[in-house]
Amino acid sequence: MSSKLSFGDRLYRGEKSFNFIENRRRWYALSAFLIITSSLALGLQGLHLGIEFKGGSEFIVNKAGVSVPDARAAMQKANVPGDPIIQTIGSDKVRIQTGVLTSVESARVADVLSSSFSVPKNEIETRLVGPSWGKEITRKALTALVVFLFAIIIFLSMAFEPKMAIAAIIALFHDVWITVGIYALVGFEVTPATVIGFLTILGYSLYDTVVVFDKVRENTRGIAGGSRLTYSGAANLAVNQTLIRSINTSVVALLPVGSILFIGTGVLGSGPLKDLSLALFIGLTVGTYSSIFVATPFLAAMREREPAMKALSKRVNARTGKSDAGAGAVATAASTAASTATGERGPRNQPKRKKANKRK
Amino acid sequence: MFIQGASDVRLGLDLRGGTSVILQPRISAGQEGKVTNESIDQAVSIIRQRVNSLGVAESEVVAQGSGTNRQILISVPGESGERVVELVGQTAELRFRQVLATGGAVEAPAPAPAASTTATPAATPSGSSSKLSKSAPYFADPAPIVTPKATAPAPAPASTPESDAQSQAVAAAGEILSQQFAALDCTKEESTRGGGGDSPDLPLVTCDRDGSARYILGPAEVLGTQVKNASAAIDQEGSGGWFVSLDFNKEGSGKFSAVTQRVVSLAAPQNQVAIVLDGLVVSAPRIISAITGGSAQITGDFTQQEASDLANVLKYGSLPLAFDRGEIQQVSPTLGTDQLRAGLLAGGLGLILVVIYSLLYYRALGLVTVGSLGLAALMLYMTVVVLGENIGFTLTLAGIAGAIVAIGITADSFIIYFERLRDEIREGRSLRSAVEMGWQRARRTIIISDIVSLIAALLLYIFAIGNVRGFAFALGLTTLIDLIIVFLFTKPIITVLANLKFFREGNPMSGLNAHKVPGAVNAAKNEKGSN
Repeated sequence: MSSKLSFGDRLYRGEKSFNFIENRRRWYALSAFLIITSSLALGLQGLHLGIEFKGGSEFIVNKAGVSVPDARAAMQKANVPGDPIIQTIGSDKVRIQTGVLTSVESARVADVLSSSFSVPKNEIETRLVGPSWGKEITRKALTALVVFLFAIIIFLSMAFEPKMAIAAIIALFHDVWITVGIYALVGFEVTPATVIGFLTILGYSLYDTVVVFDKVRENTRGIAGGSRLTYSGAANLAVNQTLIRSINTSVVALLPVGSILFIGTGVLGSGPLKDLSLALFIGLTVGTYSSIFVATPFLAAMREREPAMKALSKRVNARTGKSDAGAGAVATAASTAASTATGERGPRNQPKRKKANKRK
Repeated sequence: MFIQGASDVRLGLDLRGGTSVILQPRISAGQEGKVTNESIDQAVSIIRQRVNSLGVAESEVVAQGSGTNRQILISVPGESGERVVELVGQTAELRFRQVLATGGAVEAPAPAPAASTTATPAATPSGSSSKLSKSAPYFADPAPIVTPKATAPAPAPASTPESDAQSQAVAAAGEILSQQFAALDCTKEESTRGGGGDSPDLPLVTCDRDGSARYILGPAEVLGTQVKNASAAIDQEGSGGWFVSLDFNKEGSGKFSAVTQRVVSLAAPQNQVAIVLDGLVVSAPRIISAITGGSAQITGDFTQQEASDLANVLKYGSLPLAFDRGEIQQVSPTLGTDQLRAGLLAGGLGLILVVIYSLLYYRALGLVTVGSLGLAALMLYMTVVVLGENIGFTLTLAGIAGAIVAIGITADSFIIYFERLRDEIREGRSLRSAVEMGWQRARRTIIISDIVSLIAALLLYIFAIGNVRGFAFALGLTTLIDLIIVFLFTKPIITVLANLKFFREGNPMSGLNAHKVPGAVNAAKNEKGSN
């Protein structure tokens, strides 16, 4: 029979179990490394901000065979202040970014580009961003971040235990910080679409954590009264039991985001599709990692400090004859774990086929 | 709805080409109080008038944000880009100023006028007169009969000290003014850029809008806000030419009356009153009679276009606030089509990948996912059409991205439920009881995580950055649709399917072939026992 068991079955029973929580120091070390690297990248290199934040003008000429030197020559004719940043996008577009221009100057640039590349003027994409607008956008993004965090902390504290809310928020900072760090490190351009992506990660990172924590809560309800599993053990079982779910939800979330990234980069070359999906892609990956390897271990560590949980660990260790606290107890049969965990649930519908009514 | 609206998804400008401009109120120190909802609303209606004058269908002018952070978002589809920017970018402060001197576009090589007082510049360049005599617009009293000679003396004493004070002020600044006047080159671009910022209390040296003439102007006599109405009309009886008629409010009538009485007897060009918009002279009609009735006509060699442009300037010229151009974006229809195609392609690809994954992993249950996703997509489409018709919701590229990202979120709800279902089977439940028990537990998780998504979408919408508001909207909308679908479609369908033999017996292809944990009977019993 066991040959027919799926991976998911085995994870559920605890036959197959990853010691996410016992090995938490390893994951902490990895996360710490990533966070330090991100901080360094942010501190040393900073983010490559798009013109929306700095103010400036952008022109995109859509024509096959355009080259950077051609565009540079054209820009010299246009004679506008500052040194333009010129790059090709795909094979048929060239993007020119300059500092803040007046509308007369930008009209002149459009004229010159139009005549130099012989493309109709209305086929040149232009975008002019005023300097104060960039500040406004930055301010808004920061406000959104702060308000969002407050709203989520309040909501999660109501929906879960406060410690779960804290662990979820820590995982969330972890995700955003590392994602932003990757942006600084690689030098991807940050546009408003990227920021929207970052903010969406906040929501998604929590979504993933919520799924795992819901199971943790279920497995640990009334656990203090038993002596079978430590909090860490029950939490680890929860992570294992929801592992397939976490993987599936992440894959299913990444597939559409990946296809936007693929199409956005491959077909359009640049723009909001690419910016948004890149931020999401990186953030979702980090978010999945954190809900398994960071949020739950952190939650377990916090809960294990409570006197009731310490007492529980002692009892469990005494019973199983193990000296070290932690996730050792996970190895015991999952069915008993499940029964312990579910033993004190509130009233709910009675399943139809019931045979006996004795407690184990 | 379906028949009439099937193809009527309103597309944003980034998907069909057009120009969008975001204007941000300019808050100068000490004027924070000026940016009120009222003043923004007023500005919106003025700008809307200007934009509508372009005659482009489906142009939009809306305010977004709240309080002092409100911006005005202008979207005009099609290719009228530059005109839009010109039109709405005019911070446009309209003023009527007396002309003190005029000249050609550039200082003639002839000796510069030794203008040290206001009187002397009058004697200067006659080159300008050619322009004046050609179009030579003039202010006329629409009701000349009423022009009461008797009232003329009354304001006269009042106007004398005023003009004395004025000429003193000008005299003091005269030296500088005439130097500026001499140095001004109206053929240069920057001279005709306008931009306002001219103080109404001081004289002004400036060009006209075409850069064909220079002016020294007195302090502002009448402000644009004092114009009640203006319109272009055709002379029915006389020459059949176009003229502009304008009405002043009470304050404006008095001031205009005063200035016309003062200048009417002066020599050219000092008998001209310039209409100055944004620091540039739009027109400088002569005053041929004192106009005291509060209404005036500007008559000249106008075409219909010129007359209505002038009327619009007079009518909508003054915005209650000054604005900065926050962001101007111009997307060509070609790129718009490309973006639309790419967005749809990405959506299709994402959907197909998710469907394939669901079918591979969940087999027959995957079909439920496919059906639910299909239904969700249909609902989304219909909602977008309905919202487009009723509240003018437009689908932007960011919105499409939001909808695609939401495919994942929607499918996640099903996964949470299906995995729960398997868990319950592993606990030793029959499929039918697992369906109910699993649902009760999954429901909570789904609701919590969807609420988190909704909070995120709501906040993203409120703090929308730039043009990506559509993303938040689509995300929130699809999350709601997800909730509806899961509750009203997916769960009931599973309940029905649970009665089929194929699923009940855990056929390997059913996706429900999870294995009972040994001893789980006890677990299940246990649970029952505890209840």
